[in-house]
Amino acid sequence: MSHPSTSSSLFSRPAWTGILICTAVLALLPVLNLSFPEGHALHISSYTIALIGKFMCYAMAALALDLVWGYTGILSLGHGVFFALGGYAHGMYLMRAIGRDGVYQSRLPDFMVFLDWKTYPWYWAMTDNFWYCMLLVVLVPGTLAFVFGFFAFRSRIKGVYFSIITQAMTFAFMLLFFRNNTGFGGNNGFTDFKRILGFTITAPATKACLYLITLALLLGSLLLCRWIVASKLGRVLQAVRDSESRLMFIGYNPLWFKLFIWTLSAVLCGIAGALYVPQVGIINPSEMSPGNSIEMVIWAAVGGRGSLLGPIIGAFTVNGLKSWFTAAFPELWLYALGLIFILVTLFMQQGILGVIGKFRHKRTALEKSRDRQSTSGETA
Amino acid sequence: MTEISRVPPVPPTLPVLQPGQTYDSETGDQGVSYGRVKQQGLDTTHGAILYLEEITVSFDGFKAINQLTLDISVGELRCIIGPNGAGKTTMMDVITGKTRPSSGTAFFGQTMDLTRMTEYDIAHAGIGRKFQRPTVFEQHTVFENLELAMKMDKRVKTTLFARLNSEQKGKIDAILALIRLHGQESRLAGLLSHGQKQWLEIGMLLIQEPQLILLDEPVAGMSDAETARTAELLNELRGKHSIMVVEHDMGFVTEIAQQGKVTVLHEGAVLAQGTMQEVQADERVIEVYLGR
Repeated sequence: MSHPSTSSSLFSRPAWTGILICTAVLALLPVLNLSFPEGHALHISSYTIALIGKFMCYAMAALALDLVWGYTGILSLGHGVFFALGGYAHGMYLMRAIGRDGVYQSRLPDFMVFLDWKTYPWYWAMTDNFWYCMLLVVLVPGTLAFVFGFFAFRSRIKGVYFSIITQAMTFAFMLLFFRNNTGFGGNNGFTDFKRILGFTITAPATKACLYLITLALLLGSLLLCRWIVASKLGRVLQAVRDSESRLMFIGYNPLWFKLFIWTLSAVLCGIAGALYVPQVGIINPSEMSPGNSIEMVIWAAVGGRGSLLGPIIGAFTVNGLKSWFTAAFPELWLYALGLIFILVTLFMQQGILGVIGKFRHKRTALEKSRDRQSTSGETA
Repeated sequence: MTEISRVPPVPPTLPVLQPGQTYDSETGDQGVSYGRVKQQGLDTTHGAILYLEEITVSFDGFKAINQLTLDISVGELRCIIGPNGAGKTTMMDVITGKTRPSSGTAFFGQTMDLTRMTEYDIAHAGIGRKFQRPTVFEQHTVFENLELAMKMDKRVKTTLFARLNSEQKGKIDAILALIRLHGQESRLAGLLSHGQKQWLEIGMLLIQEPQLILLDEPVAGMSDAETARTAELLNELRGKHSIMVVEHDMGFVTEIAQQGKVTVLHEGAVLAQGTMQEVQADERVIEVYLGR
């Protein structure tokens, strides 16, 4: 159908099959981790669970990036800042939840004791409430993106200029968060979390829960993004990418469309960061380093931008390689990453998904024309 | 293909853009609205839809348009000719909000000051523009191009939840028939021939249901058959919309101007105005343009 309104037509049948199989396999892993003892043939190590949990957060960030880059043509080199802000917002709760179990046994986090602070700064107010922090996870990256985007898009800043400004933004935030006086733990950031909503954060069952929540939210975001890009709004976004001035002359104001998708993307990225922090156990300003944001772009490019599924595949592939490389040849990883990016740019412009797609291209084209014909049939 | 044939062919005399359109009948909708509904808000009580008065556009001292004064009546088909650099495209840029004039006023109807409006507000108010080079959305299908252009609420929220109803699909089908792209609706617009892209862009204009259509060299690069067909199409639209055509092709201009007014621009100002015969007989026009 050209205008899908039901979830069953959001993806083609093979894509659905792939998604369902991957989801089932990923959902099975923590079950195997919990139900079989270590050493058993079916046991999945906690290390694997933690690793894949982390990858899923990266995949969600790559998915968010694809909305703005792949579909709307806005290349952000600063999505790391949204990811990190979501992480910090959740981290504030996790720090409060440590209670008096820190090194100094104060009701304040260790880094505040170290700075000789007696009370929480005003922006830490109410952060002992989990749900308030979840609200911050959405609102902080969302508000930053909205304000930043409003001024950038209203001034019609586009292309490489926009990319450079986003890069500068994440760098500026990194420097801000590196300062001890900013009140977010400076260089060390937040770590040594003890519990979340009363559950011990290092317990395998808690880890499995966080993993499953991440999986569910990744799947939910994928469906939401797919629904959006398949709507008329999605076609407007692609028109922004291909010919923004034409779009204005047929009566659309690109500002609000760009701002909508940019803000939504930042929010999704923030949620990904919030899921990342309890699973990895640390958040510090290095997450805002320009290199991290650029890596996100590489995930999307390797998997195939403008396809939603591609960036997810890319995030898993690149990070899987990274895990293996940094264990086997630690010094060579950055060279390998650079080489992958060059090869993808030269030979696989549609990424991994594009290579798969080439084999299926003719069949899909046929199906599409059949779909369109049945649509026009309904009109008569 | 069987589905397509079920769509009734559009008879050439049927006005394509009937819903909510009042400008092709008697003017005089004053007092009915206060400009809240944009289409009804256009006040054309004095018979003219577009007034340009002493417009000047200068780029770094160079006057692309110099004290240009021009008006277009409701339902008129006006041809604008002139040598390269006469300011024809710049004039369209001023009307559509792409370029702000250094001085002068541009009014749409009696009340809308085009020099203060954005591109998308002008498009909403009812001015559609076809560019010199065909600009369609190449990565979208023909159908999707028309869907995007169709007149409707074009804000974010309504666009997110927009679904085509059968009336809207019918409109798209009617336009497809008019621009002779029936059966091609699921092709990517980038794969169309040059002439087909020009027509698709005209189709995108028509489906916006504009009251004033600006066409910048609509037959550039078209074959003779395509040019003849385009002239036919414009003649069908005569009287239903106010149309301004900028064109170099004299045969085409003669074909569509008929007994209507032709304006000759030269160095950013009106050089001569009159019927095609009068203009062709004008000595100054012969000197700068027609004479070669």
